Amino acid sequence: MAASTQKVSRYTPQEWRNLRLGLVFVSPWVLGFLIFTIYPLLSSLYYSLTRYDLLRPPVFLGVKNYATLFFDDPHFWNVMYNTLYYVGVSVPFGVAVAFLIANLLNSDVVGRSFFRGVIYIPSIVPAVASAMVWQFLMNVQYGAINGILRHFGLPIIPFLSNPGWAKPSLILVAIWAQGAAVVIFLAALQDVPRSLYEAATVDGANLWHRFRNVTVPLTSPIILFNLIMGLIVAFQEFTVPWLLTEGGPMNSTEFYLVHLYRNAFEYLRMGKASALAWILFLIIVSFTIVIFRSSARWVYYGGDK
Amino acid sequence: MTSIASESRTAPAPKYHYDSGRRWQTFLLEFAKYAILIPLTISFAFPLYWMISSALKVDSQVFTVPPILLPYPIHPENFIEGWQVLPFTRYAVNSVVFYTVPAVVFTVLSSTVVAYGFSRLRWPGRDTMFWLVVMTMMLPWAVTMVPLFITFKWLGWLDTYRPLVVPALFSHPYIVFLLRQFFMTLPEELSDAARIDGATEFGILFRIILPLTKPALAVVALFRFLWAWNDYLGPLIYLRDQNRYPLALGIEQLSNRANDIGNFSNGLPYLMAVSTLVALPIIVTFFFAQRTFIEGISVTGLKG
Repeated sequence: MAASTQKVSRYTPQEWRNLRLGLVFVSPWVLGFLIFTIYPLLSSLYYSLTRYDLLRPPVFLGVKNYATLFFDDPHFWNVMYNTLYYVGVSVPFGVAVAFLIANLLNSDVVGRSFFRGVIYIPSIVPAVASAMVWQFLMNVQYGAINGILRHFGLPIIPFLSNPGWAKPSLILVAIWAQGAAVVIFLAALQDVPRSLYEAATVDGANLWHRFRNVTVPLTSPIILFNLIMGLIVAFQEFTVPWLLTEGGPMNSTEFYLVHLYRNAFEYLRMGKASALAWILFLIIVSFTIVIFRSSARWVYYGGDK
Repeated sequence: MTSIASESRTAPAPKYHYDSGRRWQTFLLEFAKYAILIPLTISFAFPLYWMISSALKVDSQVFTVPPILLPYPIHPENFIEGWQVLPFTRYAVNSVVFYTVPAVVFTVLSSTVVAYGFSRLRWPGRDTMFWLVVMTMMLPWAVTMVPLFITFKWLGWLDTYRPLVVPALFSHPYIVFLLRQFFMTLPEELSDAARIDGATEFGILFRIILPLTKPALAVVALFRFLWAWNDYLGPLIYLRDQNRYPLALGIEQLSNRANDIGNFSNGLPYLMAVSTLVALPIIVTFFFAQRTFIEGISVTGLKG
């Protein structure tokens, strides 16, 4: 018996022991992966094919939830537009701003860690607390920003009460909380060898050339990383729009997760919410794949790859 | 992702000795740098400054044009009065005792063991499985939100902190990733010597590896603390009973009162005061552990 197992097995007894030991150590993750990732993924796929309000057992509907969302629910396309607008502006713009700030901080700046600290702190402050301040700051009647504008006789800005302004306002809040990306960029910039800049300068490269041909290529893997992480976070933005605008005015900030939350936990449409979740999942995966694919053309991984 | 950014590794000043035209250009660049950086930093700091300064005002100092930048007289009693509008002490206890502390302890313990298995042990399939861990880092949490709610409801765990802390027993992919990076930097000879002496792998982990990775443990504990302290959506989904609310939900409750201007005086200063008190532990921790924060996000891109 033992001999036959050994013949079939690709592993030596020592390797089997190592495998067993390794699995014992990673077993919390394996169990967690099965319970909190695989099972929910599969059951959410099943619920997305049903009507389920938690009170009565799920009723199987086939792909009706998806069909209704795509072809018979103008609200869904509005949510999709809002979300793509938010992601499409806040992510590239946020990454660009973070990269610019990091580059400024990477030159010899007096008090760099002070600047970095001030820019980083908003990203770690509880989102609820910052939502409260921004709601106050952006208020039309008694907000500080409009108070200053009014003092100088300038027209006031209806940040959160006008459908045209609401999305840009929320994007502003998101960019304000971009400090983590700045710190990541700064760490990457400090790894760019000085000698490359010196060599480029000797060759007559000006500031823009050095930025374009040294800085950007050498930090492009981190740009890719920040783009993808920013994308995943932005597609699932919830707290700030929920607290600041509750999806309004006129549904202009009804972003994907706000809509999903509403369907699941206010209307108890678990089936529809699951279908929404799966659509979002597929959107995020395809965006990530597209960016990864395109990265072959613009990301520089050193000489060996 | 990248190596650790250290404070000391500031880039040396470029030493270009060129003609005066060049020098003029350098001066302009220096000027432009600060001309961008200083207003930018002020705008980043302003909302939090506004939170703290408004916390020290009374209504008559809030509703003015132009806004009062430096309130006088100040009203520090808002911090106490605002805190007492709702049972914030209870919310704070809930946040700390039922959420933050167990979440940190569970996550750090389980992730340490898992990260050890993915770094200091050699076993077939290890790297393939670790690739799966990395994949789960990119999984949108929105997908698992609904089915997990259904499961936890079925278990009768609604209105408890169990849905928020029990998953922490099963490690967290970001934290596993970060700890693995740190564990891999330790020389293999450390473990080999202990193995020859007959130490078990658990013994090696807890007696040799962990004492050497205290800074890394501080980083991950800090970030886990941050996530739990700042979490809003999780408690919003699972907690209904107001007596069980954490601070994040307490602030939202207070904001409903504060925006009822006319019926509730000093509502906005109270709201700003409580928001300040809830943000304060984070800001203070940042000042004391700035390097820990910076290292943590520089290594893995952990977000706040």
